[in-house]
Amino acid sequence: MTDASLHGAAPRKGRSIHQIDARTRRRNATEARFKACGIAAIAIGLFFLVVLAVAIIRNGTPAFTRTVVEVNFTLTQAQFDEAESQLFKTKAYSGFFNSALADQLTQQGIEVAFDEASIERLMGKVGNAIREHYTAHPGDLDAPVTFNLPTSSRVDGYFNGRVKRETLQDSRFLEATDLDLADQLKAAGIIKSEFNWPFITGADSGVDNPGGAGIGASVVGSFFMMLVVLGLSLPIGVAASIYLEEFAPQNWITDLIEVNISNLAAVPSIVFGILGLAVFIQFMHLPQSAPLVGGLVLTLMTLPTIIISTRASLKSVPPSIRDAALGVGASKMQAVFHHVLPLAMPGILTGTIIGLAQALGETAPLLLIGMVGFVARGYPDGFLDGFVEPNSAMPAQIYTWAARADQAFYDKAWGGIIILLIFLLTMNIIAIILRRRFERRW
Amino acid sequence: MPIFWILLIVLAIAAIGYVAGRARALASAGGDIRALHSLPSYYGWNAAIKAMVPAFLLIIVWLIVQPIYVSSVVSGMLSDGAIPNSSSRGLVMAEVRRVAEGLDNAVAAGVIGEDAARSARADVIDITQRLKDAGQIVTSQITQPVLRAAQHFRIMHSTGNMMMTVAALALAVLGALWAIRENRAEFRARNIVETSVRILLISAASIAILTTIGIVLSLVFNTLEFFRLYPASDFFFGLTWSPSFSGRGGSSQLGVLPLLWGTFYISVVALAVAVPIGLFSAIYLSEYASPRVRAIAKPMLEVLAGIPTIVYGLFALLTVGPLLLSVFGADGLGWMKAGTAVMTAGLVMGVMLIPFVSSLSDDIINAVPQSMRDGSYGLGATKSETIRQVVLPAALPGIVGAILLAASRAIGETMIVVLGAGAAARLSLNPFEAMTTVTAKIVSQLTGDADFASPEALVAFALGMTLFVLTLGLNILALYIVRKYREQYE
Repeated sequence: MTDASLHGAAPRKGRSIHQIDARTRRRNATEARFKACGIAAIAIGLFFLVVLAVAIIRNGTPAFTRTVVEVNFTLTQAQFDEAESQLFKTKAYSGFFNSALADQLTQQGIEVAFDEASIERLMGKVGNAIREHYTAHPGDLDAPVTFNLPTSSRVDGYFNGRVKRETLQDSRFLEATDLDLADQLKAAGIIKSEFNWPFITGADSGVDNPGGAGIGASVVGSFFMMLVVLGLSLPIGVAASIYLEEFAPQNWITDLIEVNISNLAAVPSIVFGILGLAVFIQFMHLPQSAPLVGGLVLTLMTLPTIIISTRASLKSVPPSIRDAALGVGASKMQAVFHHVLPLAMPGILTGTIIGLAQALGETAPLLLIGMVGFVARGYPDGFLDGFVEPNSAMPAQIYTWAARADQAFYDKAWGGIIILLIFLLTMNIIAIILRRRFERRW
Repeated sequence: MPIFWILLIVLAIAAIGYVAGRARALASAGGDIRALHSLPSYYGWNAAIKAMVPAFLLIIVWLIVQPIYVSSVVSGMLSDGAIPNSSSRGLVMAEVRRVAEGLDNAVAAGVIGEDAARSARADVIDITQRLKDAGQIVTSQITQPVLRAAQHFRIMHSTGNMMMTVAALALAVLGALWAIRENRAEFRARNIVETSVRILLISAASIAILTTIGIVLSLVFNTLEFFRLYPASDFFFGLTWSPSFSGRGGSSQLGVLPLLWGTFYISVVALAVAVPIGLFSAIYLSEYASPRVRAIAKPMLEVLAGIPTIVYGLFALLTVGPLLLSVFGADGLGWMKAGTAVMTAGLVMGVMLIPFVSSLSDDIINAVPQSMRDGSYGLGATKSETIRQVVLPAALPGIVGAILLAASRAIGETMIVVLGAGAAARLSLNPFEAMTTVTAKIVSQLTGDADFASPEALVAFALGMTLFVLTLGLNILALYIVRKYREQYE
């Protein structure tokens, strides 16, 4: 260690320690750069979060509005009978609609020419919807009724900015002149946008009708799946954690279980899908696409998460609680079930809700057990049917929409994501509130 | 009798056993619970457990054994002559099962009388016609041996169910009676109940082992089946992936190497995004940030980990893909042909992995003892010098473990690559080309209409096996490194 003193033998003259030399300046600059890198990394991460949020909100909101044509009209009994007696019944109703629309336009003093074909391009076949209304509600005959009929998805896209006038190519679906008509109807207040309730409550539609697609049925499918996951993973997870944390002796079986749990937590979710396909569908012959099977697969997937968090909250209950219970004559089992478990419950519930939220957003395993490609056309008939009837689930439904050729379904997929994220957010907030409200510091 | 009702009746017997067992124990102590060994409810539970457990075990075993036994007996009934040359015993048995099920449904619908469905003299042509009328799916013409076998199958099935019902209920009643008989004041009911609860807890814990066994078995059996149909060497070393769409073709080329290359390439791009950003975030959060910044920035970053992968997939397909295409596509640099590419999937996957890398590294950096930093500062090092030359080297094994865990995540990720990476399997170096991964092909091979017995569907299990082994290896390695490192400082 003589190097330093050798160097220092000839002290540099005329230098104050307040003056920063080049080397120190360089080191300080490196320090600043390094710190800036850290700030930049965090900024980039948060920037991605913001971009993601903006993309979801901007692309997803159009799914929640729909464009409707509002027309008032009175159908007399005579007209109804006349239409029903014809061969092409819905065509007759379309005729009534068109004349009613024309009347309404002349009343408002708007001069615009339209023909049956352009109305059909704007709104699809309207006659059917009108006929269905009157056959279902015969009492509405001879009385004024206000119809809010949805426009076709392309017109919807035009008002949302998805379909641009400049890039529109005339086709049998939509022509540029139809957009003029649509604009004028919009100015007259006949075309307007309203909140898209059918998207929230409806079921999936066929590939040719993006406007009618709704996410309601798959929300119900997800709900039944979560019931299965909650009903199985909470008791099994808690029982397994109690055993491992309170009773398990130190031996190779316990080690084996622990290693298995930590490995299962890291197995890719698609492998659980393969397991579900091979065991539940091929081997046990449970019904394909059923929420029951989806729930079973997701249960196996969430168990490690729940076990890990439950063990943490059991561990945080101080041993003095157990000792006190044992001291007044409780058995070990009684000490655990009567004293430790209730105290650990808030933590366990928090972990369970977070595990459920994870399971709710999981898609890959559901693809393998047949929850895509299947069009969820309606709600299950009863509570028990809800478990075994083929249905979709929210993430699987979003995937189905994203995989369809018609771009109008992309709006629906983004809208579905907003609904999914609202559910996840609610669950996480409940978990945070539970933790804040009941967490005990020992 | 449907299983549901049997279970309900057994539960009812258990409930009666609970009440009776408790009453009997109290009576034997003369109504004074201080004379009992255990609390009264334990005596009740003793009876309920002894009613339920043997009955349920019997039902489970019966449900597993009966179909196997019935199948083997019925299969033995079919003479070799009854099996057409083009068919196999398994296929004929499947038909027998279908016919039996059709007969059941037809009887339930009232189209065929129970006698007709059982009668050995029933006319084959007549039965076929009536089944078709009832809307049951039946092959063009049921043959005589198949119908006989199906009838036998039905009869054995219903007798079996009847026997199971009787046996299970009898066992439940006997168990309850036995327990009630032994419920005396000095009987150690609590010990019995607690032992049963303990067994219940152990079985819940061993579900983790069962799941692993289930995964391994379902992968191994189907993979072996695949290798019987398709040579293993072609699978592991084949350079082309082009399954035929007929589902029965021998023209499929199922080489895994292009898929592994795609998986590897996308994971490397993802890690190239996630590791620097995640690591620098972790360093800043643990070494520089004030508690307030940390309390806000850390949960915000972790939100990225809580977003479902389907959201990232859609983000890749509809936002990042078109964005990259506008820069690198035909209008820009001309390197990219479509929005789905290695770069698209890799970038988005990288974003998903940022919180994964940053949280794990954050924990590990925080675990480095403060004395090491203090020592470094004492020698005059700046903060960044301390971090680079003292803290990071000390934390390196843990950080490597974290990166390996992130890599295993990237390899196993499905939705982002299914939506963002494209479907073409190719060996190429251009990151702007569409490639595909092991996980994406598992999905596409198993969601089609392909027959489960065809190599095109079975290859998915071999791919799953490859994926499982790869991720398991990475995880074990990572956990080993992390654990070894932790022992150093605790």
